[in-house]
Amino acid sequence: MNPTAAPQATTDRVPVAEIVFWLVLAAGFWLWPSYLPLASQVLIAGLFALSFDLVLGYAGIVSLGHAAYFGVGAYAAGVLSKHGWGEPFSGLLLAALCAGATGFITSFLVVRGKDLTRLMVTTGIGLLLFELANRLSDITGGNDGLIGMEMSPVLGAFRFDMYGKVAYGYSLAVTFVLFLLMRRLVNSPFGLSLRGIRDNPGRMLALGYPVHRRLIAMYTLASVYAGIAGALLAQTTQFVGTDVLSFNRSAELMVMLIVGGTGMLYGGLVGAAVFMVAHHYLSGINPTYWQFWLGAFLIAIVMFGRDGVLGACIRLARAWRTRAANPVAGP
Amino acid sequence: MLHHYLKLLLSGATLAIAATASAQEPLKIGMVLEMSGGFADFGMQMMNGARAYMKVHGDTVAGRKVELIVRDTTGVPDVAKRVAQELVTNDKVDFLAGFGLTPSALAVAPLASEAKKPMIVMNAATSVITTRSPYIARVSFTLPQVTAPLATWALKNGITKVYTLVSDFGPGIDAETQFKKTFTAAGGQIVGEVRTPMRSPEFAPFVQRIKDARPQAVFVFLPAGEQAVGFMKGFTERELDKAGIKLIATGDLTEDGVIEAMGDAPLGVITTQHYSVAHDSAENKTFLKAYVEVAGTKQRANFMAVGAWDGMAAIYEVARRLNGKIDGDKAMEILKGLKIDSPRGPLVIDPATRDPIETIYVRRVERLKDGKLYNVEFDQFLNVKDPNK
Amino acid sequence: MITSLLGVLFDGLAYGMLLFLISVGLSVTLGLMNFINLAHGAFAMLGGYVCVLALQRWGMPFLVALPAAFMISALAGLLLERLLYRYLYRRSHLDQVLATIGLTFMAIAAASYFFGPMQQPLQVPRFLSGQVSVLGVDLNIYRAFLLVIGAVLTVALTLALERTRFGASVRAAVDKPRVAEALGIRVGLVFQVTFAVGCGLAGLGGALGVQVLGLDPAFPLKFIVYFLLVVAVGGTSGLKGPLYAALLLGMIDVAGKYYVPQIGAFIIYAMMIILLVLRPQGLISRK
Repeated sequence: MNPTAAPQATTDRVPVAEIVFWLVLAAGFWLWPSYLPLASQVLIAGLFALSFDLVLGYAGIVSLGHAAYFGVGAYAAGVLSKHGWGEPFSGLLLAALCAGATGFITSFLVVRGKDLTRLMVTTGIGLLLFELANRLSDITGGNDGLIGMEMSPVLGAFRFDMYGKVAYGYSLAVTFVLFLLMRRLVNSPFGLSLRGIRDNPGRMLALGYPVHRRLIAMYTLASVYAGIAGALLAQTTQFVGTDVLSFNRSAELMVMLIVGGTGMLYGGLVGAAVFMVAHHYLSGINPTYWQFWLGAFLIAIVMFGRDGVLGACIRLARAWRTRAANPVAGP
Repeated sequence: MLHHYLKLLLSGATLAIAATASAQEPLKIGMVLEMSGGFADFGMQMMNGARAYMKVHGDTVAGRKVELIVRDTTGVPDVAKRVAQELVTNDKVDFLAGFGLTPSALAVAPLASEAKKPMIVMNAATSVITTRSPYIARVSFTLPQVTAPLATWALKNGITKVYTLVSDFGPGIDAETQFKKTFTAAGGQIVGEVRTPMRSPEFAPFVQRIKDARPQAVFVFLPAGEQAVGFMKGFTERELDKAGIKLIATGDLTEDGVIEAMGDAPLGVITTQHYSVAHDSAENKTFLKAYVEVAGTKQRANFMAVGAWDGMAAIYEVARRLNGKIDGDKAMEILKGLKIDSPRGPLVIDPATRDPIETIYVRRVERLKDGKLYNVEFDQFLNVKDPNK
Repeated sequence: MITSLLGVLFDGLAYGMLLFLISVGLSVTLGLMNFINLAHGAFAMLGGYVCVLALQRWGMPFLVALPAAFMISALAGLLLERLLYRYLYRRSHLDQVLATIGLTFMAIAAASYFFGPMQQPLQVPRFLSGQVSVLGVDLNIYRAFLLVIGAVLTVALTLALERTRFGASVRAAVDKPRVAEALGIRVGLVFQVTFAVGCGLAGLGGALGVQVLGLDPAFPLKFIVYFLLVVAVGGTSGLKGPLYAALLLGMIDVAGKYYVPQIGAFIIYAMMIILLVLRPQGLISRK
């Protein structure tokens, strides 16, 4: 993977493509009115993948347990709502706090060691929390799931409806704001230092950067984002099942991010969109064989796609632009 | 004059065509099933059960063509909610049906209420489900409903000391609670209990614990599939049967679809459940024959397929009585108290709780003339309700 | 008390031995080729299905089905090494994880297609079932069989590694591949053969494990965590590390479930995390 080949967005000049991207999403109410529930879940998955990009793409930690923070956030929001406080934004806040705390505590375990060790530790954390959720069924509803969530209308006016309109608007707004924050962060000195740490931790240490502290900060922030994504899912579906913490969710998350492309900020959103929409259609055709073609696609991406769908798009766009600029010369 | 009559005839004909055209709109049944992931065979059984029903009873009811729209939950409740939303808002289904897993049913329940759509639960067995929406009717069973008679039967037959082993999740805890309640209330003694983790491939240590405690019998609830198979292997390996410990369980342990995978291990095991493939009735014969025509012989039909079959029967009956015009509230009125001639035996939907009232059979695993294992019914409890409602 | 403790230890050792057999290939692959193969469970699954087919369709006796499982999984490993794995040696760990997850998905889907999603039936032969009483402790015969086979294979593997030319090449290639290549050792060939043997052992383990772990298409994803656990805790330099790790994990898992079943599942994950945090390079490591 060579994400340094991807364009580095600067904070002063916003590419047209990005503006168009968000406008298209905002127009979703008219573009895909009958698929708003799917679109909401794509956005939530995209936010989740964005949080994972911070861990995997920008800091280089291979984790298969990121769903732990997603789940903690989901349960936080769920439990709050179940016990009578259904205001959506407070649920997000609580989720952010709980997930962030969990991320902070576990970050000390995660930032040591090599790839395989970290893979196992993160997986272990995820599995532990999964068992815990099952065990504490008085709080979490256990395997049956957390029921009885009553969501108050967003901003006091917009009730969550069965067409998914409010859910979509809410998810879109939250994702957009968080995305903007992340964008600033990634292009700040902090964000650049993270990339340095990923590429050459030894040199960063030699340069005097507090590598350890940076990684912990990054990991905590990533878990905050993951927690908010989890809370969004809980609030828009009014249900939390133990699957939010499952190994499968972590594995699927990794797949989504890779499909989109790491280290490019938008990779998570693109990957989530491609993955979930494809799943939606292929599942409809033949639910049992979706897995086979997904597997083949993953292998293809690794062999040929290198930096995912988004990376391929960017390369294509660049090649096209070069050809347009030099009509005689080759690409 | 003729001109006048022709106009009348023409408008009459157009009206008739328009009327039949709107009645021709298909009766859509949205099936929310687990078709992939760890519970894929649940969805497969139910889909085949529904299709078998349509094969025998035709694909038209009250002038409308029946259309099954199957959607995969992948075993995840937020996907279940989403596909149910799409079924209601995009496909505009008349009924929601299926629900192999409890979380899926619980997640979709509020939607059924909001959209006023009748929701037929064909499998999920946790008690609380029908309380989550007045639009839910269940045609399968509940764990307490199947467990309580087993406890009663055990005491009646001289078993007074029991060790319980259940899977550590909703239905398992339901079963354990109910068994303990019924058993101890009538004088029985629970000498030990254990809840096994959901992911447990290795039952040896749990089975060893049971052996060391020396109860008269062990009561088991494990979800049908790998857990049940794993336990049975452990039970016979450790020779608990030779040590004189009887095995009593809910029918999930010796479920018709997977009993083949257990070899000789389950012979003699006593279970209670609402359906056995060996049930001797004309309805059951029809059901089994149709199932094989639709699904082949790779896997035997089991209680989930029967749940789907009876769910379809309920839907057809509602459609017939409402003349094809499905209104949520009216449908629920018909479903409450509805009698169904099920392949399992008699089945009535309780008007108060919308749960099934049915016969719970006590069965023993035996090898019949065709060399295969069956749950042979030898005793029964009539008109059993969910004991907690 | 003592008898039950001994019984639990015995069960745990047997379970651990099974884990070792399946995971040793993964450990060697990682140590030798620095390759994280998440599809390892799929080779074990293949062995399991071969064994089931052999017993049911081809009418082979159990003891013949086991080597068959080994051979076919080894062949599959050889084939996939040529077709896919060799292109991924130089890639990042992430790429390897992704590609092997993809391979796993394909294997699961294929298994589901050919065999259906349910558990596979398997009857071990009479002489391997039941219990035998040794010094007052009831020992399960099949578990004893697992221990014996495991011990024999471990000895064979250790001998192969330490006494044969090929074994020496493997050790050299693990420690310093470029120097080994410079010395004339065909590292590529070493990779191929070692990988094939690792997959074969996984297949054998899978076949042996049907009785203990069950077999259905979801097998690779269900158990990959355990295999990775053995490798992560045991380290990748040599056989002793994974062996001890597997036996330890097997015993902790079984003992946990026997003595404190309420938290049985937690113990293994918590132990793993603790061990990894304390010794990130594994229990026994030369690197």
